Amino acid sequence: MTATAERRPATTIFRRPRSTTGFWAWITTADHKKIGIMYGYASFVFFLVGGLEALLLRIQLSSADNTFLTAAEYNAAFTMHGTTMVFLFVMPISAAFINYLLPLMIGARDVAFPRMNALSWWIFLFAGIFLYSVLIFSDPAAPAGVEGVSGNLDPADNTVLGGMPDGGWFGYQPNAGPFYSPGTAMDYWALGVQFLGLASLISSVNFIVTIFNMRALGMRLLRMPVFVWMSLVVALLLLFSLPIIAIALFMVTFDRQFGSLFFVAEAGGDPILWQHLFWLFGHPEVYILILPAMGIVSEVLPVFSKKPLFGYAAVVFAGAAIAFLGFGVWAHHMFASGISPVAQAAFGLSTMTIAVPTGVKIFNWMGTMWGGRLKFTTPMLFAIGFVAMFVIGGLSGVTHAVVPSDWQQTDTYYIVAHFHYVLFGGSVFGIFAGLYYWFPKMTGRLLNERLGKLNFWTMFTGFNLTFAPMHWLGLQGMVRRTAYYPPEAGFDFWNLVATVGSFIIAAGVLIFMFNWWRSKKHGDPSGIDPWDARTVEWTTPNPTPEYNFGVAPTVTSLDDFWYKKYEEDSEGRPVRRPEAEETLTDMMETGTNPPHPIHLPAPSYYPILLAAGIPLVGWGIIYHTSLVGKLLILIGVLVVASASFGWSMEPLEEPHDEHDHSESSGDGYSLPEVDA
Amino acid sequence: MEAAAAMDHHDQHESTGIDHRKLGMWVFLSSEFLFFGALITNYLLYQGQPGFARPYPAEIYDIPFTSFSSFALLMSSLTMVLAHNALARHDQHATRTWLLATAMLGSVFLGGQVFEFTEFVTVGGMKLTTNPAASAFYLLTGFHGFHVLLGVLMLLTLYGISRRQGELSEASGLNLELVGLYWHFVDIIWIVIFTVVYLLAGVPAGVG
Repeated sequence: MTATAERRPATTIFRRPRSTTGFWAWITTADHKKIGIMYGYASFVFFLVGGLEALLLRIQLSSADNTFLTAAEYNAAFTMHGTTMVFLFVMPISAAFINYLLPLMIGARDVAFPRMNALSWWIFLFAGIFLYSVLIFSDPAAPAGVEGVSGNLDPADNTVLGGMPDGGWFGYQPNAGPFYSPGTAMDYWALGVQFLGLASLISSVNFIVTIFNMRALGMRLLRMPVFVWMSLVVALLLLFSLPIIAIALFMVTFDRQFGSLFFVAEAGGDPILWQHLFWLFGHPEVYILILPAMGIVSEVLPVFSKKPLFGYAAVVFAGAAIAFLGFGVWAHHMFASGISPVAQAAFGLSTMTIAVPTGVKIFNWMGTMWGGRLKFTTPMLFAIGFVAMFVIGGLSGVTHAVVPSDWQQTDTYYIVAHFHYVLFGGSVFGIFAGLYYWFPKMTGRLLNERLGKLNFWTMFTGFNLTFAPMHWLGLQGMVRRTAYYPPEAGFDFWNLVATVGSFIIAAGVLIFMFNWWRSKKHGDPSGIDPWDARTVEWTTPNPTPEYNFGVAPTVTSLDDFWYKKYEEDSEGRPVRRPEAEETLTDMMETGTNPPHPIHLPAPSYYPILLAAGIPLVGWGIIYHTSLVGKLLILIGVLVVASASFGWSMEPLEEPHDEHDHSESSGDGYSLPEVDA
Repeated sequence: MEAAAAMDHHDQHESTGIDHRKLGMWVFLSSEFLFFGALITNYLLYQGQPGFARPYPAEIYDIPFTSFSSFALLMSSLTMVLAHNALARHDQHATRTWLLATAMLGSVFLGGQVFEFTEFVTVGGMKLTTNPAASAFYLLTGFHGFHVLLGVLMLLTLYGISRRQGELSEASGLNLELVGLYWHFVDIIWIVIFTVVYLLAGVPAGVG
């Protein structure tokens, strides 16, 4: 061990950060739980921003020929609503759950690459800020577009809101290209989404290695909780779909900034290629959005049904099958774009096929509840809401697989209704189930149940009032992405209902925020096992200690924690073991006072520093024709390079004397060292 | 006993028996295949389309020249393996030599690409903005060149560490292996690019 001590001090840029509490501890942390919490709060802020944009849209559509928003503002609001909800809310809050829970569920102390985990988070945050910096930097004097073609001609449209990206979250070409979307707004969009993708790619590598490599002793792949399985599937989807959108976004950026001709139809470029590349990413993306919620629901339903998950292996393999088939259905987004009849038939069939594994999951969840002793807690309500709403959204989705039917539905509100039933009724309800279920893991307290039930029913009612009428509006022919509809179309009533519904959803969200704020301080203490849970993350005290587990857990079966508490009687019914309370007390004790010292990854300045260089490069590219732009690129690259250098020279853990645990080891990060 | 204690200490183990970083590199490279797959597909889509502004990339390729720089890149995989082998034999001097040789061969390839691009633009008259096939060509080969550049920087960093510390420690040995994985990947991708984009490339009927 002396060899280590005598090693020459490494070259560094910064000293190792020392704060263990307060602001700098959060800035420099490599702890997966803190990173998860930051992901959670940041994405919730973006959820509120995206929700606000949705309310603006609904106010505009509440009556015929409304003038609340200009057309440009409406375009910008729906573009940023979609982009925000997909990339800045559902994906990062899934990352929050995965970050916080994945290591706990597989019995690990952290993820495989803790500093890279911090890097993902900071890139995400800075990319989100970069995307919204368009509000400050977008150029209101930008070229006004093309007479008679572009929607941005009215001088009254040059508002701050109207200056946001306005080409849709799908950024269709050539509409979002340099000719029809002049100015800088869509550059912010393309680069912002590019950076968000980079953050997700780093995360996905990290999560995959963590799952494959850091499972507790005895935790075979088919003993992992379903949430971990779904995290793995999502990470694989990200791994293989993000490079495609990365290329597509590079092509857009090159077209807009450097004059390449990928999507310029006049020069022979192919705008349909953009649709193929976008949806080759975009369809796996919708499974990226839904699968974490499916994982959450698969954890919540068994706990409150007092039964094991019905057909665990079927749920796991159905998830994997969805991911696999998900790469073969993208062109069902393009049935109206003129692709060949053979392609239409093939993609129609593959789209119907993907309903099969999804249906398998639905039946498994119903089988889980069937005959169970159901407890209708708030997380359970949200989980059941998820299943019910997802069935509606899934069925309307299957109707898109029928090509002639899809031609009728394309670009109508029927589509909007469909994907909100799967993304709001599905993903968001699943996320809320998870927030209520795992809140005690984070805080050691329970969210208030009465407020929780109020929260659920408000959101459930508001959700259905908002999105159910869109089915019939769409089938009546109301088109998406337009700010106005004429009074004689007769769309007024159901649009007003939808607008009222959206404000009821907003009330539900406010109730949730109040509940969260209040319960964090005044909620009932949860104890170690508030829900009579089944999985390993509940074998350590709440809130989770910094080192996760006092002693690394060993797993002998699926639902290992449950079988530590329950045995089966002669008829197979669960009977609580007489020593269950003692087991829990022991877990509390070892969790609070670890018998052995534990070394954790030390905090570092480099992840945030490296991430900070990236938006600088982004701004630089957008303004690369000016000196400021060139300087920004240079500074950004220098920041990234020097941070990488410092990073590679800094060991993950502080060097420590292996077998001397007398107090702190000097320079080291010694907070969680507790001696036997 | 000592090992068991250390194990308990860190609770570190690899369920698969593969080091985290090595597994991570493999996972990352699997994503990179899709990255280059999309780029190559773009090029293949545009290279044969009639009616573009001339020249098409295939009209101005200098196959003998690109074969030479491709040969340099291929040989760099050999020197990379030799560096790895030298480290396994604890021959620090040879390790350094082969690392430097690999970086040099990579730089020869990069220099060749700079020359090629310059020739294409100034002599051949094909710019990024000439036609979509040209855009796709420059994006594809440019991103590949960027990958080679990162590889060269990593190789030089390893060389620098080795010079400074007098040897590559066991931990750096893994780093060398990781850089090697990356380097071979970049090399393999170039074999595909050179074959598909240069050798099998055609121009649409009626052109050239």
